[in-house]
Amino acid sequence: MDINEIDKKIKAEAIRQHTVSVDPNAPKSGTTTINMTDGVLIPKKEEKHVLTSWRLTFFGAVILSAVLIIFFPDPYRTIFLTCLRGAPVTFEVTVFSIIGAVIIGTFTGLGSVSKRRWINMICGVYVELIRGIPLLVQLIFIYYAVGSLFHVEGLIAAIFSLSVCFGAYMGEIVRAGIQAIPKGQMEAAIALGMSRSQAFRYIILPQTVKVILPAIGNEFISMLKDSSLVSVLSLEDILRCGRMYISRTFLSLETMLVVALIYLMITLVLSRLVGLLEERLHKNG
Amino acid sequence: MAKIEIQNLSKDFNTPNGVLHAVKNASLTVNDGEVVVIIGPSGSGKSTMLRCVNGLEKPTSGHILIDGTDTADPATDIRKMREEVGMVFQSFNLFPHLTVLENITLAPIKVKKMPKAEASELAMKLLKRVGLEEKAEVHPAQLSGGQQQRVAIARALAMNPKAMLFDEPTSALDPEMIKEVLDVMLSLAKDGMTMLLVTHEMGFAKAAADKVVFMDKGEIIETGTPEKMFTAPENDRAKDFLAHIL
Ligand SMILES: Nc1ncnc2c1ncn2[C@@H]1O[C@H](COP(=O)(O)OP(=O)(O)OP(=O)(O)O)[C@@H](O)[C@H]1O
Ligand SMILES: [Mg+2]
Repeated sequence: MDINEIDKKIKAEAIRQHTVSVDPNAPKSGTTTINMTDGVLIPKKEEKHVLTSWRLTFFGAVILSAVLIIFFPDPYRTIFLTCLRGAPVTFEVTVFSIIGAVIIGTFTGLGSVSKRRWINMICGVYVELIRGIPLLVQLIFIYYAVGSLFHVEGLIAAIFSLSVCFGAYMGEIVRAGIQAIPKGQMEAAIALGMSRSQAFRYIILPQTVKVILPAIGNEFISMLKDSSLVSVLSLEDILRCGRMYISRTFLSLETMLVVALIYLMITLVLSRLVGLLEERLHKNG
Repeated sequence: MAKIEIQNLSKDFNTPNGVLHAVKNASLTVNDGEVVVIIGPSGSGKSTMLRCVNGLEKPTSGHILIDGTDTADPATDIRKMREEVGMVFQSFNLFPHLTVLENITLAPIKVKKMPKAEASELAMKLLKRVGLEEKAEVHPAQLSGGQQQRVAIARALAMNPKAMLFDEPTSALDPEMIKEVLDVMLSLAKDGMTMLLVTHEMGFAKAAADKVVFMDKGEIIETGTPEKMFTAPENDRAKDFLAHIL
C-alpha cells in the first residue's frame, strides 16, 4: 500500500471516529442561556404570542389608568399621586438589593463550584435555609436581627435582608452559569499556567456574566414585586403609601386597584427591557 | 527544549459502574527534540495519558518527569511545569470573549507578568508564524476551524514552552483545513520542539515522528518507528487496529 492510499484511509477513519465518539470537550452548538421563569414572561420578537399578550396587558393597563385619572379624577388622581410617592423607595430598595444579591450570589456561586468541601457545605446550607423559609418570615427576622445588633436605619436593614434572601437564588443562577461554560475553557486556562482563581477571573466569570444577564433581569423584576413586602417593615414604598391612604379614607378597593396598576405597569416595562437585552445579547453572539 | 519521561503511569477513574483503569502502567520517554505520536482505538487512554503529563489529570500512580523534575513531587511547582508544557486541544478551546490577540497575550501578561506592549509584540510575531497576523483584532467565532487551531498553537507558544502536547489537533477540522494546521506543527517539529501528540494523521507521523506508540485498553502495546509501525507491526492488536484503518 503506498503512502497516499494509507493517508486517505486514515483520514476516512479519523472522520468516522470523529462522528461516533462523543467528546465531552467538544464545543456546544449555539449559546447557552439560563432562564428562570418565575413570574413574568419575557416578551421577545421571536415569541409572537408572548409579545402580543404583553402589548394587550400593557396598553390595557395604561388605558385603564388614563381613563381613571381623566374621567374620575376624584378620588383616582389623588390616589395615584399618593401611591407614586412610594415609588422612589420601591426603586431604591429594589436596585440596591439586586446589587447586594448579585455580590452575595457571585460568592455563593463560586463557593458552590469550589473544590473545597467545607465551602460547598456553607453555600449549600445557606441556599437551603433561604429556600426553605418564607420570604416574609426571613425578611422580618433578618430585619429585626440586623436592627437590634447594629442599630442601622430601616431602609438599610430592609436592603440587607432582601439581598441575603435573593442572594441565595442569585447564587444558584451564578452556579448554573458557571457550569454552562464548557469545561475546555477552564482546562485551556489551567494548561497555560493560570491558577484557578485567575481562570475564574479572566476566563469563566466574564463569559458567565453574558449567560446569566437575562436571568438577573428576571430576578430584578421578581425583586421589584417582592420589595412590596418591605411595607410591613414600615418603609414607605408604593404598597405602604397605598395602605396609609386606605386607613385615612377607607377607599380600599380603589386604592388597591391603583397600587396593582402601578406595579403591573412597572414590571411590564421592565420585562420588555429584559427582552430587548436578551435580543441584543443574541445578536452579538 | 525538554525531555518528557512517563514512568509506570496508571490512572483510574471512579465511575458509577466501578473503577475504570484508563491508563495501566504505561512508560514512555520523549527525548529532547523528539516527536512521538500516540495512536490507538477510541477509549484506549491516549488523551488521559497526555492530560497527566501537564497535570490536568492527577496520576493514580507512577511518575511524570519533565527534564528530570518529578511533577508528583510535592516540592514541584505544578503551575511552573504547566507553563513549560504547552497543550493544544481537539476542540481548540479559544476564549470566545477575547480577541485573537488577547487570547495570546493573556497568559504571558497574567502569569509571566510580561509588560503589555512586549506581550503584544510577541503575539504578533507568533501570529505571523502561523500566518494569521491580519486576524489579531477579530474574535475566535469569526475564524474557521483551521484558523482557530492555529491561534491555539500560537497561544500555547506564547508561554515559550519547552515541549508541546497535542490531543487530536486536526480531528475536529474539515479535511481542507487539516493541512494548514499540520504545516504549522511540522515547522515546529523541524525547529526541534519536543512534541508528544495523539493523531491519526499518518502523513504527519511519517514526516515528523521519531517514534509511534500504539495504545490499547490503557496499555502501551508497541513502540516503533513510523515505517515499522505502519507497515509491519508485531503485536496482533496493533495489526488489527492498523488493518482496520489502513
Ligand atoms: N474524567 C473522566 N471520568 C471518567 N472516565 C473517564 C474520564 N476521562 C476519560 N475517561 C474514560 O477513560 C477511558 C480512556 O479515555 P481517553 O479519553 O483517554 O481515551 P482516548 O484514547 O483519548 O479516546 P479517543 O480516541 O476517543 O479520544 C475511556 O473509557 C473514558 O471513558
Ligand atoms: Mg482522546
